[in-house]
Order: sequence, then structure tokens, then C-alpha cells
Amino acid sequence: MKAASVSAPGEVVLCCSGLHRYLGRDEGRVHVLKGVSFEARRGQVEAIVGPSGCGKSTLLYLLGLLDQPDGGEISINGNVMSNTDDAARTAARGAHIGFVFQFHFLMLEFTALENVMMPMRKLGRLPEPEMTARAHSLLASVGLGEKSHRLGTQLSGGEQQRVAVARALANQPTIILADEPTGNLDVKNSALVFDLLTRLAKENGQAVVLVTHNPEIANRCDATRPMRDGLFV
Amino acid sequence: MSPNLRIAFRFLTAKKRAMVMSLTCIVLGVGLFIITQATTTGFQDLFIETIIGADGAVLIQDKIQSARTSFETEHGSGVVIETTQDNAVKLQAGIEEPAGLVAALDDNPAVVGVSQVLKGSVDISSAVRSDTGRVYGINIDQHLKVSNLGAKIVEGSVDDFRNRPAGAMIGRELADRLLIGLNDFIQVSQSGATPQRYRVMAIFVTGISAMDRERIYLSLSDAASVLHRPTGVSYLQLQLADPARAPVESARIVDELRYNAQPWQERERSWLSAFSALQVSSAITVLVFTLIAGVAMFNTLAMIVIEKTKDIAILRSMGYERADVTRIFLWQAVIVLTIGAVIGCVFGAASTYGISKMPLRNGGISGIFSAKYYVVAWDVWHYVEAVSTAVVMVMLASIIPARRAARLEPGDIVRGTAQ
Ligand SMILES: Nc1ncnc2c1ncn2[C@@H]1O[C@H](COP(=O)(O)OP(=O)(O)OP(=O)(O)O)[C@@H](O)[C@H]1O
Ligand SMILES: [Mg+2]
Repeated sequence: MKAASVSAPGEVVLCCSGLHRYLGRDEGRVHVLKGVSFEARRGQVEAIVGPSGCGKSTLLYLLGLLDQPDGGEISINGNVMSNTDDAARTAARGAHIGFVFQFHFLMLEFTALENVMMPMRKLGRLPEPEMTARAHSLLASVGLGEKSHRLGTQLSGGEQQRVAVARALANQPTIILADEPTGNLDVKNSALVFDLLTRLAKENGQAVVLVTHNPEIANRCDATRPMRDGLFV
Repeated sequence: MSPNLRIAFRFLTAKKRAMVMSLTCIVLGVGLFIITQATTTGFQDLFIETIIGADGAVLIQDKIQSARTSFETEHGSGVVIETTQDNAVKLQAGIEEPAGLVAALDDNPAVVGVSQVLKGSVDISSAVRSDTGRVYGINIDQHLKVSNLGAKIVEGSVDDFRNRPAGAMIGRELADRLLIGLNDFIQVSQSGATPQRYRVMAIFVTGISAMDRERIYLSLSDAASVLHRPTGVSYLQLQLADPARAPVESARIVDELRYNAQPWQERERSWLSAFSALQVSSAITVLVFTLIAGVAMFNTLAMIVIEKTKDIAILRSMGYERADVTRIFLWQAVIVLTIGAVIGCVFGAASTYGISKMPLRNGGISGIFSAKYYVVAWDVWHYVEAVSTAVVMVMLASIIPARRAARLEPGDIVRGTAQ
């Protein structure tokens, strides 16, 4: 189970054990996650790989506290967060987790800049000018410095995805969960996004967990967790 | 600007057509509410002003010895006698010794004027015609304090009436029926008695046709002579500093002075209830618009909630709370409401102004009051009521979609299983 790591592993910031998740109702009820245990450490980039439908996104929603497990436990920074109340999970999402969805990345009526500023505004840690500056620099680091004032609708799928990555980084979360963050990107931009995530993990000690179908990306991660049929193998 | 308000604004502008629909309904609801209240209240206020101006805020008619049920009878003599009857106890009509009562009333700071009036039915004839009418004997200076008769004179003047002996003031309609004008002479008599001659010193138009058709004002002493009532008066007409307090003051007069006092609200009860029925019925009609505004807002928001579920999931994933989601949708209602209320008030005020410049058909209304143009009332409460009705309706309608949006689970949304 222990993955090979390139750099020295930091403290565990995200930890789950024995996660079960059923989806669907009645006859359609499917046992999607069958007791998944997993941990993510500061400064580590972990890849979850596996065939389509094996439950990677389902796991990521649970880890991102967007969904609640039917069994098992999730703790973030040492605090058990699964099955706590909505307010506590929401606060943890805002302060500690950056999430990149597999589909539907942006709020399309807003510009790229506004999208990136959205989580900062909610958290309210920075004054407005600093928020703007930070959002600009994040967009520049995903190669969209020129397009920060475009509306979501005026960006390509790959561009939207990169804005979503920048947005996930906005509040400097301890944990970055990204569901195929390079899925729509060409080689160059894939590398750009991946390098950015790796650099952040190393420099800021953030824990990065990403789902990917791209073997090259997976190989460059600190650890790869192959998944099949709702279990790590 | 709070992030929630910012998001609300953007969501709304993405759904312009639905928003304009809700907005229009709010504007119509608020505007029409104001217009109908302004016009119905306008006519009602004019009516109240007219009747208080003509007959004062309170009439004191007879002395109380038991309970108060009064009715008016016209005796063969032609003198109008108001009798109060309760369990067969008859009361003497009118006020036999007004002086003491007037003195007591003058001490009441709420009373700004008291006028003694002696009235009775008479036959009136001019050189060419004769007719019946009613004589009102007054002390003109007393009476000007309790009525606006002075302002209703259209020909001649109060001074002429005051200064010339044997002068009369006569209603326009009565004068027209008798085919007489200013300075003409009339003969006034109680049926059978010797007629006495008076000269028309002033002609008045109150707008109340019952008055303009039958009233002749004489001096108190002239009336006493015509009506053969050397002492006493028929009633006292009172004006109050605050006519709205007429019922309270009347009750005090009844209690303290033991005289039957009738406030204008009671005197004109049937007209007043007709006015308020009109006001209520127009408010109900207009309420329908506000109701539609509520439904339209509900519809708009429900639509936006469905279209923006993914955005709700994104917001929730970034740490926006359920309460934030509720607020984002309530803000949208507040934005539309604010714009709608402002436009609605402006629309209401502009239309009210326009209506007040509109001439009434057939040269105007007369009868219970006279008006040549639509009468409107400017009252800030109409605006407050209109806006608060819209606020209540629209906010109530918005709570449901807003809470529905807040209840959505981000996990369900991203899997597409949210409903
Ligand atoms: N609402 C649902 N009801 C029943 N089964 C569901 C439901 N949603 C998803 N599933 C099933 O759960 C399984 C896991 O889905 P999940 O989205 O986690 O897969 P994934 O590993 O992310 O796949 P992909 O690589 O294609 O994104 C799939 O087999 C899917 O069919
Ligand atoms: Mg997936």
C-alpha cells in the first residue's frame, strides 16, 4: 500500500479509512467504493489512476467533503470531517481544500478573474487589491494572463479548465483535489498545469491529489494509486 | 458590494427576459396601487372637507335625559323638531338655553368655534316663482368660524350680508329655481304666516346639492322672527382643531354636558362606508398584480435555480454556505423589488399627477361635492403601503426557490442526481 516517494513525506493532512459509498436507489443501487483507505501528505503529489467508472470521482467528492460516505472516516488536518454538520464541512472546504471538477469548471457569467477571486471573496482573508493581484498572478501562472477579463463563455474548454486550476489554488489550500485537471489540455498546457501543481506542492507544502488517465503525468507524480472497481489495488 | 450580491446581480442579468417580466408586474402592482389609493382617497378627502366645511365637525342637537336615539320630524308648523325617544321618554328638541352650553364649549381647547343655528322649513317666493326651502338663522361671524361658507360665496359678499339689515344668502340652485339674482327680493314665510321680505346679498355654491338647492341663511334674529321661535336654537355647529377627533370630543360632550353630540363620521356614515368599500375593492383588484408579481418572481428564481445548479455546486465547493446560497437568491428578489418599487413609485406619482390634470366628463362632479378635475390625494402612506405589499408578496414567493437552492447537496449536483 505504501507508495514510493521522491521527496521526504511531510505530515498527513488528509486521511481516510474504510470508505464505502453506495450510489443510486433501489435496484439501481451500486456499491461504488468498497472500503477505500488513503492518505495525502504535505508536499506530495499523488495520482489516482484506473479505468473509467471505477470510482475515482466518487472518492474525490468524498475527500473534498462535497459528499458524505456511507461508511468509513475522513479526517483533514487531524479533524474527523466525515459526517460532521454541513457548516463545518463547508468551512473546511473554503479554508483547506481546493477542488477542480472533472466537468463544468467555471461560473460562465463571470470573467476568469472573477472566478478566481470568488473563493477569496468568501474567505475574506485578503483586501480587495491583494485579491486582484493574486488572481492575476495565478491566471498568469496557468498561461491565461492575457485573458483574465474574458467571460467563462468566451474561453475554450482547456482554458476554462486552467482557470479552474487557478481558482482551486486561490485560497492557498492545504489540499488540492483535481479530477483530471489536464484532461482537456494539449501536451504543453498539461505540462504547465502539472508543473504548477508540483511546484506548489514542493514550495508551499501543499498536498496534491489528482485523478489522471495520462500515464506520463501519473509517472511524474510522487505516488500512483491504481484503482479498480471501488478499491485501490 | 458583498460577494453574494455580486453573484445575484450577475445571475439576474443572465436571465433578462424573465427578470423584466417580474419587474413589470412589480411596477404595475406598486404603481396602480398608488394611483387607485390616490384617487379614491382624493375624492374621499374632498368629500370630508366639503361636509366638515359646510356643517362642521360636530353637531349638538338636543339635551339628553336618557339614551340617545334621535329622529327628525317635521311638524305641521314647518319647524323641524328633532325628538329623542327611548322607552317612551320624550325629550325636548333643540337647545333652549344655548348661552350656558356655548360658554362651556368655549372653555374646551379642542373646540375652535361654536355657531348657534336655528333652522326650519319655509315657503319662499320671488316675483315670478315660489318654492320651498329651509331657513338657517346664524350669527355670521360665529358661523364663519365653524364653516367655509365665506369661501363658497360666488356672488355678493359676506360683508354685505353682515352689514345690511334684512339680508339673505341663498344657494345657487335655489336662486336659479326662483329666477332671482343678487340684490333681488324674496318673500319668506312659514306656511300660513305673513311673508317677510329679504334681499339677496350673497349667493353660494357649496357643491353639495342638498344645500345649494334649499338653504337660505338669515341672521339669527331674522330667522327667529320668520320661524316664530323667539328663544333657543335648533343646534350648535362646532369646529374642532382636529376634526379627526370628533368622535372623542362628541363622546365627552355627551358625558360631561349631557347634550346629544354627533360627529361628522356618524353623520355621513353611509357615504364614508361607500368610500372605504371603494378603496378596499380597488386595493383588492390591484393586489392581483402584486400577486402576479410574486408568482413571476417565483418562476424566475425557480428557473435560475435549475439553470445554475452547477454554479451552486461550484460555490459550495469553494466554501460558500447554504445561507450564502439562500442570500444569493433572495438578493435577486431584492434587486428586482428595489428597481420595481422605485419605478413603480415614479410611475404611480407621475400618473397621479397626470390624472389630477384630467378634467372630469360632463363638466365635473357635483352633488355630494363639486370637482371639475379628478381629485387625487398625495399621501406618502400610499407609497409605503404599495411598496410593503410588493415586498411581502415577492419576498414570500422568493423564499421557496431560495431555500430549495440552499438545500441542494453539492455531491448530488455534480453527479447529476440533484432534484
Ligand atoms: N447516481 C448514480 N447511481 C448509480 N451509479 C452511479 C451513479 N453515479 C455514478 N455511478 C456509478 O459509480 C461508478 C463510479 O463513478 P465515478 O464517476 O466515480 O467513476 P470515475 O472513476 O470517475 O470514472 P471516469 O474516469 O469515467 O470519470 C460508475 O460505475 C458509475 O456508473
Ligand atoms: Mg470521474
